[in-house]
Amino acid sequence: MELLLAVVAGVLYASGLYLMLRRRLAQLIIGLSLLSNGSNILILSAAGVTRAKPPLITDGLPLEQFADPVPQSLILTAIVIGFGVLAFSLVLAHRVHQSTGSDDIDTIGPDRA
Amino acid sequence: MLLALPILLPLLTAIVLHLLPQRSRLLRLVAFAGSLLVLGTAASIFVRVQQAGILVLQVGSWPAPFGITLVADLFSALMIAMVSVIGVAVTASSFAGVDPRREALGYHSLVQVVLMGVAGAFLTGDIFNLYVWFEVLLIGSFVLMSLHRTRAQLRAAFTYVGLNLLASAFLLTAIGLLYGQAGTLNLADLARAWPGRRTPGLDAALSMLFLTAFGIKAGLFPLFFWLPASYHTPPAAVGALLAGLLTKVGVYAMIRVFTLLFPDPNASVYRVLLVLSAITMVVGLVGALAQRDFRRVLSFNLVGHIGFTTIGLALWSPAALGGSILYVLHHMLVISTLFLVSGLFLRQRRTTDLNALGGLYRSQPAVACLALIPLFSLAGVPPLSGFVAKVGVITPMLGGGQYLLAAVALCVSLLTVLSMARLWEEAFWKPAPVASSASALHSRLALPILAPIAFLVGLTLALTVFAGPVSSVTMRAAGQLLDRNTYIRAILGEEVPRAAR
Repeated sequence: MELLLAVVAGVLYASGLYLMLRRRLAQLIIGLSLLSNGSNILILSAAGVTRAKPPLITDGLPLEQFADPVPQSLILTAIVIGFGVLAFSLVLAHRVHQSTGSDDIDTIGPDRA
Repeated sequence: MLLALPILLPLLTAIVLHLLPQRSRLLRLVAFAGSLLVLGTAASIFVRVQQAGILVLQVGSWPAPFGITLVADLFSALMIAMVSVIGVAVTASSFAGVDPRREALGYHSLVQVVLMGVAGAFLTGDIFNLYVWFEVLLIGSFVLMSLHRTRAQLRAAFTYVGLNLLASAFLLTAIGLLYGQAGTLNLADLARAWPGRRTPGLDAALSMLFLTAFGIKAGLFPLFFWLPASYHTPPAAVGALLAGLLTKVGVYAMIRVFTLLFPDPNASVYRVLLVLSAITMVVGLVGALAQRDFRRVLSFNLVGHIGFTTIGLALWSPAALGGSILYVLHHMLVISTLFLVSGLFLRQRRTTDLNALGGLYRSQPAVACLALIPLFSLAGVPPLSGFVAKVGVITPMLGGGQYLLAAVALCVSLLTVLSMARLWEEAFWKPAPVASSASALHSRLALPILAPIAFLVGLTLALTVFAGPVSSVTMRAAGQLLDRNTYIRAILGEEVPRAAR
């Protein structure tokens, strides 16, 4: 399971970074969201994957190894932040498209103000 | 409770600004009052830290390694004080007029959100919380940057957003890997547990990930290209806010995380950082000489001088680190002032292109002299604060036998003098170009736009006069940073450190 997650995270990082190197804004945004999903999976697998051991501690039962809830809450936070950022960058890209009719970063305009 | 106020007050101000009737005079007054309150809080935090040492607040009374901790040591207190000063100047400059459309879109509350994010990043003692504050201030600054519709501004906003989000992804990756190994997120707990593990490979990989993430935000050499591509487009007040604060948050986070987590001065990451800082200085200043726009020259100068602020960490001695902290403070103040000065040109000539500027010395010599002080302070002309800060950074290099580095730093200072002298000559001294209309030339600059600049210039002069006491405080701040055990004990209680070095 960990091996599979590691491979998935690696593929997501690689494709995210590749897409970010492209010139089109839509691909940049997709790349960013792939990258943030990749880092979420990385957090999950780096902290260790535990199967079917929910972190519920019942009185009287011995404390065995159970899933660590912290990485899950980190991922939850990161997903929420990533969602907000994704929404913002989509609006920004939409505005660029409205004002220039293109989503190619090179045709947006000269670098000077 | 005191420690939470620099975060809570801007949040409250931002909320109140949304609820109030949207009349610009009222909004400006409330935003300004909020910033003044934060300044008062920051001053009292600084006094308390001076007297009582490191202040700690366990949020929600959760004990240290489990909850989120807010910490203020001298370094944090100094940074918070400087942030609140710049917050006051930026909110005060809105009295001179803000584009009504931007004001309607929530300009004032966005400024408060950025101030809140910066304060949070300076106060937190939890590494994941640091990431969250980074995102808060980034979102605020993204929206501030993109409240326009011109093509160049949209392009600049996109460059800025894309590269900063990439940095955040790297930071998140590094934090995830760190948690996977150490099992804690509290910086003090990490400082206690992590360096004792002796995993050189992972140490190197993690430190390089952190260096990349913070390096993008700070604007270090191969990673700074987003900065000059974006900082010359927003209005002057936004430029002053972002230029003064955002890169310094990156520098702060780098110093904080590296002194706590990677306390081995011989680690390869510090050699990399040393080389990168030196190249940053050279490339930034050479880039500045090639520019013909006031704000672009400033942006490249901003990048170049980041090298001075990170080099103290790379040299890893209390004197060098203290010099760098002094440099950070001086640079925040001066670069914000200069971005506000660029607002004078925008107001009078509607451009910051040096070819279209000139003649301001003839029409308003007092204003030109006011601008001369921050320009020459940035250049490090004695006896201004930049000189003191440069001495603080360069003396430890000579003491440590880093003669080549000292030579590079001195040459870069010379280039800065050249670049600043040219700015002053082109923008103020030379005769006004024929094309500019006489009415624009003689329109007086009103008090509201000059007052914040005069306030910051006054502080620069104060930093010059009180350079001795201030640099002794920054030396003590550096000593605190390098003495990890005091930090750990202040947060985790009187336990014996597990991996004391």
